[in-house]
Amino acid sequence: MTTVHHEATDAGGEPVDVRDPRLSRFEIVKEGARRDDIEIVTYESQFQGHNSKAERRVVRNIALLFLIAFLGGLAFVIFYIAWPWQFELGSTLSDYYTPILGLTLAVALFGIGFAILAWAKKLLPHEVSIQRRHDQPSPSDEQLITGQTMLFVADELGVQRRPLLKGAVALGVLPLGVAAAAPLIGGLIENPHKDDPPMMFSTGFNQAFNGGKPVRLTRADGSPIRPEDVSTGGQMTVFPGIPGGATNEWADSPTLLIHLRSDDAQETRQAADADRRNKGSMWGDYVAYSKICTHAGCPASLYEQQTNRLLCPCHQSQFMITRNAQPIFGPATRRLPMLPLDVDEEGFFVAKSDYKDTVGPDFWERP
Amino acid sequence: MKRRKLDLAQAPAAFGRGVDERFQAATPLRGLLNKVFPDHWSFLLGEIALFSFIVLLLTGTFLTLFFDPSMKEVAYQGAYPALRGTEMSAAYESTLRLSFEVRGGLFMRQMHHWAALLFMASIVVHMSRIFFTGAFRKPRETNWAIGVTLFLLGFLAGFTGYSLPDDGLSGTGLRIASAIMLSIPVVGTWLSASIFGGEFPGHLIIGRFYIAHVLLIPGILLALITVHLGLVFKQKHTQWPGPMRTNTNVVGERMFPRYALKQGGFFMSVFGVIALMAGLFQINPIWLFGPYRASEVSSASQPDWYVMFMDGLVRLMPSWQLYIGDYSIPPLFWPAVVGLGALTTVPMFYPFIESRRLKDKQIHNLLQRPRDNPERTGIGAMAFTFFLIATISGGNDVIADKFHISLNAMTWVGRIGLLVLPPLAYFVAVRICLGLQQHDREVLAHGVETGIIRRLPSGQFVEIHQPLGPVDDHGHPVPLEYGGWVVPKKMNRLGALAPAVKGFFFPVEKPTEAPVSPGMPPVSPREEREEITSAR
Repeated sequence: MTTVHHEATDAGGEPVDVRDPRLSRFEIVKEGARRDDIEIVTYESQFQGHNSKAERRVVRNIALLFLIAFLGGLAFVIFYIAWPWQFELGSTLSDYYTPILGLTLAVALFGIGFAILAWAKKLLPHEVSIQRRHDQPSPSDEQLITGQTMLFVADELGVQRRPLLKGAVALGVLPLGVAAAAPLIGGLIENPHKDDPPMMFSTGFNQAFNGGKPVRLTRADGSPIRPEDVSTGGQMTVFPGIPGGATNEWADSPTLLIHLRSDDAQETRQAADADRRNKGSMWGDYVAYSKICTHAGCPASLYEQQTNRLLCPCHQSQFMITRNAQPIFGPATRRLPMLPLDVDEEGFFVAKSDYKDTVGPDFWERP
Repeated sequence: MKRRKLDLAQAPAAFGRGVDERFQAATPLRGLLNKVFPDHWSFLLGEIALFSFIVLLLTGTFLTLFFDPSMKEVAYQGAYPALRGTEMSAAYESTLRLSFEVRGGLFMRQMHHWAALLFMASIVVHMSRIFFTGAFRKPRETNWAIGVTLFLLGFLAGFTGYSLPDDGLSGTGLRIASAIMLSIPVVGTWLSASIFGGEFPGHLIIGRFYIAHVLLIPGILLALITVHLGLVFKQKHTQWPGPMRTNTNVVGERMFPRYALKQGGFFMSVFGVIALMAGLFQINPIWLFGPYRASEVSSASQPDWYVMFMDGLVRLMPSWQLYIGDYSIPPLFWPAVVGLGALTTVPMFYPFIESRRLKDKQIHNLLQRPRDNPERTGIGAMAFTFFLIATISGGNDVIADKFHISLNAMTWVGRIGLLVLPPLAYFVAVRICLGLQQHDREVLAHGVETGIIRRLPSGQFVEIHQPLGPVDDHGHPVPLEYGGWVVPKKMNRLGALAPAVKGFFFPVEKPTEAPVSPGMPPVSPREEREEITSAR
């Protein structure tokens, strides 16, 4: 530790008798500081003389700031009550309600804040005080006493000497600890694989949710789709045609139905037929892929018609539509599953079966 | 002696005596009033975080009075015409109601959001200050670790908070959070199913996030902030080196009257800035995003800025899947789980790593200038560069769009930059530190450059230096020792030349004070100035 220490150790000398009536109030304050190991080195007014011109000017400015705060606060209350605030379409006075509240409240707060800051910085005397730190460790005998006291407690309990108690404590406490955690864990835990069909591996296109019949592809409003509803080169987001199929209940089910141009369709069919799982899943020039990105589950919704790429806007994974939606860029590792398409006797699109690959973000036990 | 009348002048004293008789408060209260705080602008960064937190508690309490954390589907019939008739969750509907149909509700919501952004920003800047000045060294390692934990808690508070309105953006965030949980090996599906109460999104998550956001996380935050401040109080604040300042004292102002008053003014000003931003700058206009639908997302879906580094890391991660027999670990696991885990835990141990490396067991109450520990500054610059590139990559699609750059090129720039630039930043920072150190030593050894060139009889030109200290018999300055604080490098810093014109409307005709140390009056008055000539 450095010994260059200032006299602050004794904090400016002799103790004084604080009951001495000749002492000024500041001298009593100084004595208090001394007792707290503080030496007040300088404490001097920023102004020459008492009630100087400069001082009066500062006081006036501070008063002005408080006045501004008053006006700001008052304006806030008035505007809060009187300004039309209810939302209306188009540009109306109510558009300015929030900005006015912000401005007036800020004026009030800044007024008070700057007034206080000016008071402290411009009006109060400059001060330099030195306080001694007390960050030496406790005296070594104190450390020893505390350590021995704790060991004494352990001795008195005699856990060391009484092995039976040691075992008994562990035996008695352990289940209670588990019991405290049990409701939390037991109540929260859900088996992700308990449902049939298993929720991690099925979507709304599973026929089990439609009484064993193939599920129609529908729009968000539930209306079924004919092939001619999707123009060439066009695409449409479709949902399983079951009750609530377009809601977040079936968050894994949104599907992108694409009507490819015939040469692209040719290429896509070749790639699909070469693949064990996607074989025969297209219908005509139509192909349907899961819209849920295999990376983090965002909808991969940006379809680039010219290059036949599908881009997920969340993390920029890109999938090649004509090659079984293989990822070609970005963090996704797995292709988008293809929905086996068919058209029923009424001429509406249906899913021949559920997706053959797992839809959505990847996980540990995916087959 | 009988006293009939109550002596009003004596009442405060009597009251004070009464309080002290009951609580023995006089001595500790005097210690509190007298406590000395060192002063420097950089010590106020943490205060901004504290004040924002207070604003968060106040505005957040208001918001709970109107928010309905329910995922029940309702049809919107409120004041905003564009969404009338739309099916949405009660949470989203109540947030719309709060924004449109509660007087001043939108203002409070925006104040809450801006305060949250400011809270996280000031934590990051405050932590940088602590790091670069070595304020985390013994005895303050615990408080550094608590600070890192506070950042993580703030991150979680922010995420749970912006998930609550259940709008299009927050639902997308939740979906990604669920995917991150799924990516954890072995327990992923179980964890996600347990937290969401089944398959994503389920019906429970908003309610669960709500209680985490309004009770659990703020409760822990409040407790840790209390401990954080308590430790600052107990261990006393660090200070910059300077005249009279030693490792065993604190030089500054007593808490009262001046210091506490300045704090109060500063709180009001921070509050004012938040109010101004909340009024003038729109934030998170959820009515434009619509309710969350699993099939919908817009481009430029970015999280709040303090989550963007995570999003950036996820975007930059190559598509590397690890297969172990029939099982696999998706690439999302590495940046989002391992990355976030490492980035929030490894820094906690930095104080111990550094003290071990430097074999430094001393107590440090004096701060270091960043240049005086080049390795630390280099490591900080490295971490900062990493964070910056990750954050920028979190918005690389917007940059690609606005500047007409290929998106794939942005990703590759991020990937390569993340590996190459941090080491480069380390190297550059260390070189800058060493250069600054050398310049300080040069000035201390030779004096300040005066800009005056003298021609010697031999025809040689030399520049005249103004020594900072005494000179020896030959007129050469006696080299001074470096004190760990600013070395004056300009003649007007020494008061030897006319000062640079200061002042906004009026020039301030005062000589610039040498930056001896904050809160210190100038070393000596320097009234008369002497023109330095080339002494022809």
